[in-house]
Amino acid sequence: MAIGVTTTPEKSKPSGSIINDPQVRGIFYQVITVIILVAVVYWIADNTIENLKRANIASGYGFLNGRAGFDVGQSLIAYTSDSTYGRALVVGFFNTLLVAITGIITATIIGFIVGIGRLSHNWLIAKLSLAYVEVFRNIPPLLVIFFWYSGVLAVLPQPRESAALPLNIFLNNRGIAFPKPVFGDGSQYVLYAFVIAVIASFLVAHHARIKQEATGQRFPLLWTVLGLVIGLPLLAFLATGSPITFDVPVAGKFNLTGGSVIGPEFLSLFLALSFYTAAFIAEIVRAGIRGVSKGQTEAAHALGVRPGLTTRLVVVPQAMRIIIPPLTSQYLNLTKNSSLAIAIGYADLVAVGGTILNQTGQAIEVVSIWIIVYLSLSLTTSLLMNWFNARMALVER
Amino acid sequence: MNSHQGNFVRASMIEAAPAPIQTGGLAYWLRKNLFATPKDTALTIISLLVLAWLVPPAVQWLFIDAAWTGGGRGVCATVAQGGSQPDGWSGACWAFVNAKFDQFLFGRYPIEERWRPALVGILFVLFLTPMLIPKVPYKNINAILLLAVLPILALILLPGGWFGLPFVETPLWGGLMVTLVLSFVGIAVSLPLGILLALGRRSTMPVIKMLCTFFIEVVRGIPLITVLFMASVMLPLFLPQGVTFDKFLRALIGVSFFASAYMAEVVRGGLQAIGKGQYEGADSLGLSYWQKMNLIVLPQALKLVIPGIVNTFIGLFKDTSLVSIIGMFDLLGIVRLNFSDANWASAVTPISGLIFAGFIFWLFCFGMSRYSGFMERVLDTSHKR
Repeated sequence: MAIGVTTTPEKSKPSGSIINDPQVRGIFYQVITVIILVAVVYWIADNTIENLKRANIASGYGFLNGRAGFDVGQSLIAYTSDSTYGRALVVGFFNTLLVAITGIITATIIGFIVGIGRLSHNWLIAKLSLAYVEVFRNIPPLLVIFFWYSGVLAVLPQPRESAALPLNIFLNNRGIAFPKPVFGDGSQYVLYAFVIAVIASFLVAHHARIKQEATGQRFPLLWTVLGLVIGLPLLAFLATGSPITFDVPVAGKFNLTGGSVIGPEFLSLFLALSFYTAAFIAEIVRAGIRGVSKGQTEAAHALGVRPGLTTRLVVVPQAMRIIIPPLTSQYLNLTKNSSLAIAIGYADLVAVGGTILNQTGQAIEVVSIWIIVYLSLSLTTSLLMNWFNARMALVER
Repeated sequence: MNSHQGNFVRASMIEAAPAPIQTGGLAYWLRKNLFATPKDTALTIISLLVLAWLVPPAVQWLFIDAAWTGGGRGVCATVAQGGSQPDGWSGACWAFVNAKFDQFLFGRYPIEERWRPALVGILFVLFLTPMLIPKVPYKNINAILLLAVLPILALILLPGGWFGLPFVETPLWGGLMVTLVLSFVGIAVSLPLGILLALGRRSTMPVIKMLCTFFIEVVRGIPLITVLFMASVMLPLFLPQGVTFDKFLRALIGVSFFASAYMAEVVRGGLQAIGKGQYEGADSLGLSYWQKMNLIVLPQALKLVIPGIVNTFIGLFKDTSLVSIIGMFDLLGIVRLNFSDANWASAVTPISGLIFAGFIFWLFCFGMSRYSGFMERVLDTSHKR
């Protein structure tokens, strides 16, 4: 429709004033924006330098080498109060990762169960799933965290009167204590066996795909892989004479001794994030499955494909295409929400950073570290999920 | 040629199937919805067992065993804990919520001045209700009342200091009042700002596009709590000496900016869904950029993304609870502050307070999501089959 316009000779000689030329106007507006922006940034920088000078705060990241002097509740790497601020931040980063990854796994499992439940023909299951989604979606995650932390976990019995669960697991107001595996001589063979099993599983999967593409026959892949991954390490475990023993927590006079303990801070954060995000994932899963047209299921049934296989081979692969992009943003939300840890004192990146900020006053540096870390986490997750999405996406001619 | 050789052709009539036992009534409904297959039956029985295990104790705890009235922790503690309840008792402590109800609404706002936030609240409800009902006329006047008159009145009444009203500083504000003020301002600021950012991100001017994209992506990539920290510890650094911002205002700025980035992405989705023909049609009519956007594109685009916009509002409403981390007392913050009241400290106080706060949050969020569904149906002018 623009053909008639572009071929007119008018183009070379613009009629009217230069003020009405959209291109000139565009450049004008942009120049104004840049000037204002530069002025504002200059003004802010000037004020900041002035303020820092007056408060006697040295700018720069040199403070990271200073002695931290505070303890953290839970750490995945060696840390004492003599460690540096930098190491404290690394501890916080790993704790963020820990709660984010475990939370994502649990939220996905609960979310898929509830999402599929919402589509169930069973009225009771559908309504229960709906109630779950409507309750958790409409309550602030921070409140759910406090609910677990000061409402549930804080009123559990004292360590002396721990509630004993099966498998030597104990529950008390200092967290959950469970047997710690102790790796004796020869336990490395179990690990080797596990690695071999994983590699073998990939080979089997590859072989199964080639075979299916050539002959159309399906190989019972899931059971084979499960058998390999569980069976081989188990065999190695038995063959090397059961080298792994468990350090069982024992109730002492005031506290439990032995075993591993997960603190209430991690537990409440993990539970709250999982339950909260699962409600959103459930809605995404429901929308994804509903988005697969009914004709697909009917066609599969008409071809004589059994209902279970229809779901697995026809509905789920197509639903995944709809599910993955919003699922990615939910994973990112969960990671960002893990920063609520600061409210209950779980030593994540923001909580550790907040402590450092209070001690040193290096506000700009600490905030910039937060921004860089969270932005790179977001970017990495997006990249991973985009890669996964590209593999799942519809390949069109 | 005998055409009836094939044994796949039935030679005799099939016998009529028995009529369905019942196609209505309770028994049919139960069979269809709860006991259709053995798997269904098993699931139903398991769910019923779980419900039977959960619901009666929950009702018992929440209502039957709950302490409804009382003047102190005694009614919510067992004899062993120094209270009046029998040992082994556990129930909700609604007496705590009852006694602290005014504080949960207004925070530490001076008691004799509480008519001011109450009046603003009543006016808010009065102006908002007709706004929400599509059939009520005079929407223009109503919008002016809600979006111009009410904020000005609130600005006069809430902090005071004018017309002989005593000044009430913002650290004294708290409770549901703070939550609502933060959300109202956040919503009122983030929607126009988000629209501007979305338009900027789709602009043909590279500098503006880059700036908007940068702002949106950075803010969406970081948690709100870091934005609030920025607003509370970095903003004072950015301003010249002597210029101080109120802490409440800083939180407002943080929340509004954060929500506007999310709003921008929602609005962008709507803008992208509008066909190119609409833009070109507006251009060929000789409309200016702002006329094109205001009259042609935005009305269509915003209608498309109402669910997304309301979801962002709900998210913002829930996110206001985070200001309790930077030392302000919104509804959640004031409830938590009262846990440390020695007069009410008991094992069941925290959980009762949190359930109450959760219920209030839930009521607002659920209401918003229901209303958005209703609005979607009202505004739906498409020709759906």
